Amino acid sequence: MRIAARILVSAYALAIYGFIFLPVVVLVLFSLQATSFPIPPFTGPSLRWYQAVLADQRLTSALFNSVLVALLSSLVAVALGFLAAWGFARYHLPRSWLLRGLITLPLTVSYLIIGMGILILFNAIGVPKSLIAAGIGHVVINLPLCFAIIYSQMGEHQVNIERAARDLGASEWKVLFLVSVPVLWPAIFASFFLSMTFSWDEFVIAFLLTRFDTTLPVEIWNMLRSGLNPRTNAVGSLVFGVSIVLALLLELVFLRRNRQ
Amino acid sequence: MNATTPGRLLPWALVTPALLWTLVFFVLPFIAMAMLSLLEPGGEAATLENYRQFFYNPSYWRALVNSLEVTLTVTVISVLLAYPFAWILAEIVPPRLQRLALVLAVLPFWTSYVVRSYSWLLVLAQNGVVNEALTGSGLADAPLQLANTRTATVIGFVHFFVMLLTLTIFANLKQLSPSYRRAAADLGAGPVRTFWHVILPLTLPGIMVGAFLTFVLAIGDYITPQILGGNNELLMPQLIMMQIGRRGDFPLASALAIILMAVVTIAYLFCARWLKIERA
Amino acid sequence: MTGSLTGPLVEIRKVSHSFGRYKALDEVSLNVEPGSYTVLLGPSGSGKTTLLSTLGGFVHPTEGSVFIRGNDCTAVPPARRPTATVFQDYALFPHYSVGNNVGFGLRMRGVPRTKRIGRARDALAMVGLADAFNKMPHQLSGGQRQRVALARALVVEPAVLLLDEPLGALDLKLRRQMQDELKALQKRVGTAFIHVTHDQEEAMALADHCVVMNHGRIEDQGPPERVYSRPASRFSATFMGESTLLSGKVQNLGMDEISIETQVGPVSVEAAGEPGFDVSLAIRPEHIMLEPHGASVSLGEAKVTDVVFQGSFKRVSAVSIKNPEVTFIAKVRSNQPVGVGDLVELHAAPTDMVLLSH
Repeated sequence: MRIAARILVSAYALAIYGFIFLPVVVLVLFSLQATSFPIPPFTGPSLRWYQAVLADQRLTSALFNSVLVALLSSLVAVALGFLAAWGFARYHLPRSWLLRGLITLPLTVSYLIIGMGILILFNAIGVPKSLIAAGIGHVVINLPLCFAIIYSQMGEHQVNIERAARDLGASEWKVLFLVSVPVLWPAIFASFFLSMTFSWDEFVIAFLLTRFDTTLPVEIWNMLRSGLNPRTNAVGSLVFGVSIVLALLLELVFLRRNRQ
Repeated sequence: MNATTPGRLLPWALVTPALLWTLVFFVLPFIAMAMLSLLEPGGEAATLENYRQFFYNPSYWRALVNSLEVTLTVTVISVLLAYPFAWILAEIVPPRLQRLALVLAVLPFWTSYVVRSYSWLLVLAQNGVVNEALTGSGLADAPLQLANTRTATVIGFVHFFVMLLTLTIFANLKQLSPSYRRAAADLGAGPVRTFWHVILPLTLPGIMVGAFLTFVLAIGDYITPQILGGNNELLMPQLIMMQIGRRGDFPLASALAIILMAVVTIAYLFCARWLKIERA
Repeated sequence: MTGSLTGPLVEIRKVSHSFGRYKALDEVSLNVEPGSYTVLLGPSGSGKTTLLSTLGGFVHPTEGSVFIRGNDCTAVPPARRPTATVFQDYALFPHYSVGNNVGFGLRMRGVPRTKRIGRARDALAMVGLADAFNKMPHQLSGGQRQRVALARALVVEPAVLLLDEPLGALDLKLRRQMQDELKALQKRVGTAFIHVTHDQEEAMALADHCVVMNHGRIEDQGPPERVYSRPASRFSATFMGESTLLSGKVQNLGMDEISIETQVGPVSVEAAGEPGFDVSLAIRPEHIMLEPHGASVSLGEAKVTDVVFQGSFKRVSAVSIKNPEVTFIAKVRSNQPVGVGDLVELHAAPTDMVLLSH
């Protein structure tokens, strides 16, 4: 009986893993397609599509734009979120619950609607579509997240550490920079990392708010117009590969930190 | 949280930037959108025409129904697939391998969301791997129409949300105090009854949160239905996007967006008791 | 093997258990009589909780066997053992009402609903929570939750009730109250209780049979009075209450008595021993006096280093003049005039001294 259960369990787990990995395997496999159609049969490994992608100006500049927008919008989101979390956690503000709810509200709204709203507003006041507009939209979606994560870490334990620092003579600024920020570092870093991830991969807002200079997901979307194409596979696989490498680097950095 | 008063201006100075950003770039656009939804295209009179259009135009109404059907199907299937998987990862996989198992489960989603949906298109295409496998092995006589169907959209969604729900349910299971299990066993419950009477009820709030999240994210998603569902049947986000892009009818688009938000709010109210009451 | 009606209720035979390379239990043997209140007492890491877990079936010992009612239960899972456990964190199911919590074990045994409700109500009444039936666990205080956990375990009428540091989370006053209630409950119900604690006062208050554990072994066991006044080992002497320990060598034998050259001089006690052997004499603080009394002997002069007022008595620490390595701990009347720096002469009766091997 136990053996039958074991087989069933293993089969199920393998089936789910298979389901999860299927599209990615197909993606990477046919990025190495030698002929022009990313469908079976597989015509031997070839790097021609990777070469094509790396030579494509539009793609490389879109990549650069994505990184730029992600970096800047995440920095803004983390900074605003941190300050707000600090303000709400350490000081008494009237109707704090209401204001905090307001800041976290965008989490519940579809990106499409957020993007649309900003587009309508910008149209009305004459702000053109641009990467900056997209960046603004990304801050809107990431700010609630940064705020929530950092705020949740500023509980009792934090309070006492800061009190101890003040007790030992530190001014408010010193408390902030020598004690609070370093101790809150994991939360700050986590929210920055998450914001980068969401912004980097975000499509709808970028699609609505950019025109000529655009981000990578939008550029990939444009490529989809031309149907099934190994170039798209190659771009997708590259993005995938880079993500994994970055994650590994992160792991190593963190592991080293933890060992210390 | 403690209350100190070094200067009454300081706390406001800290929270105002975030509040201001939210007001200007979230609340204001929303108000603009709401106002716009009450306008005729090109006109200045306030009117409920856009909303009326929605209720009286069968293809618009149909889009909402499609969205609800698809989203509910996706939510149910994803929960049913994810729970056993999360269970296996949390209970049966040896503890030192659990992190690796989780990372492996999440790994494929580090492709861009757009790319991931595109990959499913590849898999489900007329001459894609699935169809080639079916015709090649003789299970089907001719390739099936899988891409550009509702089925493809559902598959694309389920693929993503099974991963998301696995993570949330896994965290939930790990969080349960082992004492509950021991107490149930001590009082005579075998593994099946321990699960049914103790584990399942205690993880139910977590499941509801995950299900709600799935519902909200799926119903507002434009990418997956657009890439995989084709244009045979439209879901709400596609309908909204159509008004913005092709027809340039922003008022109608705004009205549709507000209707979508209303649906999400209703869903929230429905799930509110699970979303607020955490375990004591 | 069929159950046996005579003999001990629980027999633990040479049970050893290791977690990896860490040996938590080392050939522990223990008998528990029906209707008794047994307390497993020891510091953290002594193995007392592990021992309880082997009884409950949550741990399968690497060696040895556990017999309950004459049946070998060593490999039997908790669900099928005639034991019930009150967990340290109570483990009340948060999604069930108090009544459904208490009735859970009965439900698992297939007791029909009306009967279940009746018995659950009775059990709750027995622990003094008759009107809590419909409440939810999170609405109760810590002490009340503890009682519900008790009711839940008792209602299934186990052969043995296992309690894992049940009073640890309660404040002092509540703890004392609960100790009285536990003792009374056990007498009323008649089930054998096995109770784990690190608090020696709790052990002395509750136990019919006290088992002192250390490093995975049983150091001493017996009625609390005996374990306290005649500890069998140095550990027992210093863990169960405080003691002043005088080490020395056996000098010569007389009739029924030996003379020991201790750190503070020669002392004769009525005991048996071999000359040349290293021994210790343990003296409880309440037996060390500042004046001679009855058959007491002098333990020399000492300088008082600390006086702590404890309400009903004063705890006095004094360093021996003859041998500054020895610190005496004495309990004196609370109105005894003694202060830090005083020179006192200490006395104790040889009959109050316990001979321990070194």
